[in-house]
Order: sequence, then C-alpha cells, then structure tokens
Amino acid sequence: MAMKSFLSRFNEGLKRTTPTFYKAFGKVGGVFSGKKLDQGSLDDLEEALYGADFGVETATEIMDEIQAAYKKDKSLRGQDAAVIGAAVLRRVLDGAEPPEDFLTGVNPDVICLIGVNGSGKTTTTAKLGWRFTDDGKGVTIGACDTFRAAANEQIKAWAERLDLDLISSHHGADSAAVAFDAWQAAKSRNREVLILDTAGRLHTKGNLMEELKKIRRVLQKNDPTAPHHSWLVVDGSIGSNSIEQARKFHESFGLTGLIITKLDGTSRGGALVGIYRELKLPIYFVGLGEQKEDLQPFSVDNYVNAIFGLGE
Amino acid sequence: MLESLTDRMTSALRNLRGVGKLSEENMADALKEVRTALLSADVHFKVARQFVEDVKAAATGQEVLKSVTPGQQIIKIINDELTKLLGEGSTALKDKKPLRIMMVGLHGAGKTTTSAKLAKRMAKNGYLPALIACDVYRPAAIDQLETLGQREEIPVYTDRDSKDVPKIGRQGLEWAKAQGRDLIIFDTAGRLQIDENLVQEIVKLKKEIQPDEILLVADSALGQEAVNVAQHFHDAVQLTGIVLTKLDGDARGGAALSMKAITNVPIKFMGTGEKIEEFDVFHPDRMAQRILGMGDVVSLVEKAQESIDQDEAQRLAEKMKKADFDLEDFLSQMRQIKKLGSLGGIMKMLPGAHGLEIGDEHEDQLKHTEAMILSMTPYERRNPQIINGSRRKRIAAGSGMDVRDLNQLLKQFGQMRKMMKSMKGSKGRKQMERMAKQMGGMPGMPGK
Repeated sequence: MAMKSFLSRFNEGLKRTTPTFYKAFGKVGGVFSGKKLDQGSLDDLEEALYGADFGVETATEIMDEIQAAYKKDKSLRGQDAAVIGAAVLRRVLDGAEPPEDFLTGVNPDVICLIGVNGSGKTTTTAKLGWRFTDDGKGVTIGACDTFRAAANEQIKAWAERLDLDLISSHHGADSAAVAFDAWQAAKSRNREVLILDTAGRLHTKGNLMEELKKIRRVLQKNDPTAPHHSWLVVDGSIGSNSIEQARKFHESFGLTGLIITKLDGTSRGGALVGIYRELKLPIYFVGLGEQKEDLQPFSVDNYVNAIFGLGE
Repeated sequence: MLESLTDRMTSALRNLRGVGKLSEENMADALKEVRTALLSADVHFKVARQFVEDVKAAATGQEVLKSVTPGQQIIKIINDELTKLLGEGSTALKDKKPLRIMMVGLHGAGKTTTSAKLAKRMAKNGYLPALIACDVYRPAAIDQLETLGQREEIPVYTDRDSKDVPKIGRQGLEWAKAQGRDLIIFDTAGRLQIDENLVQEIVKLKKEIQPDEILLVADSALGQEAVNVAQHFHDAVQLTGIVLTKLDGDARGGAALSMKAITNVPIKFMGTGEKIEEFDVFHPDRMAQRILGMGDVVSLVEKAQESIDQDEAQRLAEKMKKADFDLEDFLSQMRQIKKLGSLGGIMKMLPGAHGLEIGDEHEDQLKHTEAMILSMTPYERRNPQIINGSRRKRIAAGSGMDVRDLNQLLKQFGQMRKMMKSMKGSKGRKQMERMAKQMGGMPGMPGK
C-alpha cells in the first residue's frame, strides 16, 4: 500500500510538472533536429554534451558512438544522433532508479540528509516531509543544523507552513543530541519516518565529517540499524566537483542514495550521471522548483528523454 | 579517480618536460590533455577551446623551438594565457563613500554569509558598514542576516512586513544614511537567472538604490551553467564584480575561468571558509599558478609573514645553521607552522605537493609530537641525549603515548640534527646553493 500511492503520485506529479521538467532539462541545444549531420553540427553536438555537465567520460562515450554511426552512414540525422545518445545515457544510468518500496518498515525509518553548504538540504527536508505526510505517513523532522545562523528558524518556518512535526534545539547545540532526541520523540509518537536535516559541510573538512559520524553513533544507541537512508543532497548546477563531494561523503558516512536539487534552471544536472557512473548510488528525488510539490521521484526515462528531446 | 585540474595539467606538462625537443606532434598531445583537463575542471567548452587555440598560437612560434627548455616555455605561455583569462592584477572596489553594494546570485551561493564577510572586511578598512535584508523569500533569511549582524556588531535593516524589495532597499538606504553609515550592502534573495519576474525585481532594486558595485556571488564548484548564470545576471544588472565562494572545498574552479572569460567581469573576492574572516581579495595570477601546479607560493609567503614572529624565525634559523637545534626550538618551530593554519591547507599552497593528502592523522601526529615534547622537562628538551629508559616511560605516560612513539620521535630528531650538522661548513653550503639554483629555475617562483 505504501508505494502504490508513491507511484501514482509520480505519474500524476510528472503530468503536472512535465512542462517544468522539459524546461528544466531542456533539449541539448537545437542540434537534434531532422537535419542531416555535418562537421559543424557534430561540433555543436559535442559542445551541447559538455554543456550538460555529463563529464568528459560520458560525453566522449556518446560522441564516439555518434561518430562511429556517422562514419557508417553519412546521411545520419540529428534525431538519429539523439536516439544513439539516449541509448548510451540509458545504459550509463541503468539501475539509477531507487527500489519502489524503499522504506524499511522499521518505525521510525530514519532518513539522514547531508551535503555541502547551500545544496538545499533544509528545503528538501521540508518538501520530503510534506511528501511523506501527504502520503499518509507520520513524519517527524529533526533540525540537526545547529551551526548556520538562523537555520533553526528556516526549518521552523517550513514546518509551520507545511504543518510538520519538528524537534529542534538552540543554535550551537550538539547536533547528535538533537538527532537522539528527535528519534526518541518520533518513537514515542509512533512516527513512520524521521527526517534529519544536518548542517552543510564541505567534504574536505575532516572535523565536520567526524560530527556526521557522531550523529550515526548516537542514533545507533536507539536503533542499531539507523540511519536507514543516508542521502546526499547535491546542487544540480554544480559541475564535476559533485562527484568528489559524493565520493568523500560516501567514504566517510556511507551514502545510500542521492537527491539532486535546483534542476529548474537551465542546468541539465548532468553531474548526476557522473556521480552515478562513479558510485552507483540510486537517485531518489530531483528538485524541480521552489514549491512543496516540486520534489519529484527520479525516472531515468524521463530524464533521458527530456535531455534529448525524445518521447512525447 | 578524477584528478584535479592542477594534477591533470601537471601530468600533461610532465609528459612535455620528458621530451628533448618540442615537436608539433607532441605539443598537440599535451594541448589535447590540457583541453581535457580544462573540460573536466568544468571550464566552459568554448572557453576551453579558445584557450587551447591561444596557447597553440603563442607556442608554435620560433621562440619555443629555439628555447633551451621547451617545457618551461610552454608552462610560461599557459601561465600567461591563464592569467590573462582570469584578468590581470587584483581588483579593488570603487573608492568612494558612501559605497553601495548590491549582492546577487543563485540560491545557496553564499550571498548572506558573503555580505557579512564583506562588511566585516571593509570595516577594517575604515568603513562603517550596514546590511540591508532584501531577501523576502527564503524562510529565515532575514534572521540569518540579523544573527550575523549581531555577532559582528553590524547594524541590519529589516522590514518583515513588506515584500516590496525596491521599497525596502530605498528605506534601508535612508535608514543607513541617517545612521551615518558609509558602506551599505544589500543582500538579495537567491534567484534563477531565467526567472524573469525575480530578475526584474533586482533590476528595479538597482534603479531605486543606484549601487556603485553589483557583485555576483557564485559557488566556485559551478558547472557549465556558470556561463549562463554570469551572462544573464550581467545582461540584467551589469555586474561590476564576481565573488567566488566555497574555495576551501576542492572544486577545480573552472567556473571562475569561464565566467571571467565570457563576461569579462573581474573576480574581486573569494570566500575561503565558514568563519567570517575567511574571505580574501581574489588574485588572478595566483589562481593561474595554482592551476598550473606551481602552488600558491605567494599566498603562503604572505601568510607566513603575517603569522610568523620574525625575530623568533631568525633565532631558529641561526640555531639551525649552528646545528645546536634542540627540542625546545623544535616545539617553537612547530607552533609557528601551526599558526599558518591546518597542514592540509598549507600543503595545498605548496608547489608539487597537491598530490599529497594531508589527513587528520597527520594533524593528530603533530598534536602527539607536541604532547610528548610538553611532557619533557625543559632540561630534557634542551638535552635530549639524557632521556633514558625511565625518563622515556615517564614522558610516554605523561603524554598518553607509547614509548615506541617517543622512541621514533627522538630518533627522527636525532637524524634531523645530523643533517643540520652535515649542512654546516663549505661543503654543505655548496649543496644548499645547488638546491636553491634548481628551485630558482622554475618560472613563477618567488625570489627570481
């Protein structure tokens, strides 16, 4: 029952946001048209592929296959190139969708959101909380960002706006203690989901990574299997450094998935391709706007089709 | 494993260094490497292509082929081109009072934090700063600015009841002027460059407050999108500068190169950490050197001058020369180095050292060494040779370390002393001179 509604919501949501979705990813340039390819348009194509932030590896892979096909058949059209590119991208992203029913059934299922400063963790926490609530789940949010000035106020404002259950402490408090208290509260209130919003930290700061580990240790005093999900929140407009971010967070905290935010700009969020290629972590959600319903489940087909202007 | 731009450029150029003579062919290979390096560092496709063209054009002259060390010549050309792209010299804000600064940028770029950092920095230069909270959208954005203002004792103008940003700006400006403030910083909301309504909002705000500087705050880790962002904001409000943030991460900073190349708006500042004072003027020449794997030597030297006690350094150098360097001196030297910042931070600035990872264990080692020395009596520190078995046990217990660790420290210290002794005398001096000469041969090194 849990995931049935999730799936229907996905389709519904997509219908609602399809225009945004298209605007978000855009088509890669205008090069995938019905026109025959020539050297000039092949150059444009390469530029467009790099422009999507796929990274050198994937861009080269797609380009090589298109070049090979072009060598065999000089009358290749832009559309054919798009089909080839989509096939490569689909292959690269094979398995990037999360399992349909990802909640463990443990109460509370603990979801920990981590990431660098400004990636959109707090906003994502709120949207995620709303999504689960809307889905009929009991949700508690733990405000573990006790560092950034007014982070507490920000999540509080969201919680009020969306009517979410929030456990928070004061500025400068021990974030692990907040996590502990939030778990206790979620347990006693019999919530199904506990979402922990942590402070932004650069992956290069060893001491801050230690703080994350402490949150995990303290949580495990309550439930040795927690956190059940550790999702990295990545700004979709960030380039190849997001791979490094993901790698370092994965090394020190053990990620189980990703959320890519801010895909409503002209950024095509290609870095998610690089991260998936490198770490094979499923992408749970993508952020497509500022409204509460703009956090959408990730779909490889939708992403690939939107990028290459295929599908409907 | 993805390498950083510095690493990739270094390896591309190392291949070049290996060849005796520069042929068009082997240069093409290296240039291809450079292009790949730039692209994987998020430099915009067009910028990377233009850059490689420029380097090729500059390099395929006779100068290069005639030169004795083609590798160095190439490095110099790339360095020059990079510096040119990043903009020559440092860039200052307009010298005028009152100075009005408007901050713009995407969500999460770091505008609010940067506003406070800039205010604090300019206060040091004799300005009386005020902050105007113009982000009426993000929940608690006003609180964040207010908290920062309180912490740094900078007055903040807020109007929580209004969503009319130009009006808030105008009233904030009047309020700040009435308070006798001569640096007025307007912190605006994060917005997408394609969100026409929100972009119009800053256009109107600009009209209302007539800022002297409009700074785009941009995450240094931005991808190919950076070009669109910078161009759109520039078209809408005519930027006067760019502030790069989160440079304490390991982003390759290709975005900086692209934004500068496409808009020609100078990069004026950079954020280098979460603390309010971790903010600095941007130096294009240094950035270029860092990209080229030559390290940020100049910055390190300046930082060292700021934080190292010159007299003490002089005394230590003298002692080293005479080779009567004891553990007391060692401790003092260690503490001087610590003042420069974390070991990892220092290593990043050193040429050729970017491949070295300095983790927490190294930092810990430094702490352990310090603890062991501190557990010795002053007499033992000056005369380490008297530290016998029972003393070792006591020192180890006192510092919470194993005797084994202490043994290792003493052994290493003994070797260091031996080395200093061997440097003494004319033979040693010649050796030093030879070393210095080798280092001086590198382009861009200080002291040349």
